[in-house]
Amino acid sequence: MISIQKASKWYGDFQVLNECSTSVSTGEVVVVCGPSGSGKSTLIKCVNGLESIDQGEIIVDGDIVDAKKTNLNTLRSKIGMVFQSFELFPHMSAIDNVILGQVKVLKRTEEEAQIRAIELMNQVGLFEHSSKFPAQLSGGQQQRVAIARALAMDPIALLFDEPTSALDPEMINDVLDVMVDLAQEGMTMMVVTHEMGFAQKVAHRVVFMDEGRIVEDAPTDQFFNAPGSDRARLFLSKILTH
Amino acid sequence: MNYNWNWGILFRDPYLGWLVDGLFWTISLSLCAWVIAFSLGSLLGIMRTSSSRVLRLLGTVYVELFRNVPLLVQLFLWYFVFPELLPDDAGRWVKREMPMPALSTAILAIGLYTASRVCEQVRSGIEAVGVGQQNAGKAIGMTEPQVYKHVLLPNAFRIIIPPLTSEFLTIFKNSSLALTIGVVELTAMTRQIEEYTFQGFEAFTAATVIYSVVTFTVMFLMRIVERRVRVPGMIPVS
Repeated sequence: MISIQKASKWYGDFQVLNECSTSVSTGEVVVVCGPSGSGKSTLIKCVNGLESIDQGEIIVDGDIVDAKKTNLNTLRSKIGMVFQSFELFPHMSAIDNVILGQVKVLKRTEEEAQIRAIELMNQVGLFEHSSKFPAQLSGGQQQRVAIARALAMDPIALLFDEPTSALDPEMINDVLDVMVDLAQEGMTMMVVTHEMGFAQKVAHRVVFMDEGRIVEDAPTDQFFNAPGSDRARLFLSKILTH
Repeated sequence: MNYNWNWGILFRDPYLGWLVDGLFWTISLSLCAWVIAFSLGSLLGIMRTSSSRVLRLLGTVYVELFRNVPLLVQLFLWYFVFPELLPDDAGRWVKREMPMPALSTAILAIGLYTASRVCEQVRSGIEAVGVGQQNAGKAIGMTEPQVYKHVLLPNAFRIIIPPLTSEFLTIFKNSSLALTIGVVELTAMTRQIEEYTFQGFEAFTAATVIYSVVTFTVMFLMRIVERRVRVPGMIPVS
């Protein structure tokens, strides 16, 4: 489904990604973790072409992301993305956020889109907040609407870029619950997160990054119980002590 | 000071009519110039923030060119120099045969100049909406024009209502420069009243009051517009 081969990227002289290779197959949940500045967010943004890579290749559903002939808009419409800072469209009600892409990109009729949006607002537990505007919702609610917005495109995979990092602790679980449900329904997911509990619960594999490199790419059990690298062991000892 | 005050002069024929005519031309000139400034300025603002390097460059060149030459100089260039650069027939048409040559030139000059300023407002508005919103729009598969239409512009224009109001008021006041190429707008009429009656204080007081009433009205209306389009839940800035 998603295959990243020796992806490298530079910001000026600074190398953010250094020959990163990994893959996500259909139905798989892969968690990407690592310290700040390790390139996790950049890597995930390269998967749907919000950032470009300078070397290597990323293939999504058979298309090379950075190839000229690839229609990025079509590719993006198939891959949902959820951002750290939600990025709901502030001038639209929650449900209109979920409708917009369906009508403008998938060319569904207003009615079809409305029906699907209501379904999704129910799924994320926010139906009664449908007509509220983003600024009237809490962070956790906004993020769940953002997940509904991504799901409305009937994506073949979902990308999460630190979806809970900007949330109050109380709100985190509401969002994680929705994500766990999705994972258990078999959604293909690539998730950048520090939520190790989430990783242990639903991830099939964990990718650990440091200084732009993929240091470790292991099945979840193995990553937590017997990490292969000192760097990952140090990282785990620091975040699992509390 | 020996000055015979005579406020009544302002309401006497033909001077009252002159003031009304002047105001009519000032407002017409301002509105027409604003249509050019707003539409061209918005287009330029979009160009300057677009992903195309060529469009960005074109936008930048326009802004630097028009923003950095004094408006009065631009007015003279358009009126006195531009027609001479055209082929004979076209030049003659611009100078004489075009409907209301002075007024049309003033509308064009003030409109094009203000477009460069509107462009910068629109650009800053779009930038204020942010890369995150742009990415969110792209991430659901919208094309760049769709992202502008449905996400960036509706939010950017809400943000820049106050500075755009200032730009309109600036156009309204700059319209008085049109008298230098012979457009008989409000300021020109005021001077004419002074020349005919020697009641300069009254005439210019009238002009001041009229300009102020219009600007306050515009500000008041734009406040209402701002309130109307405010997004629920957003905290107003001022």
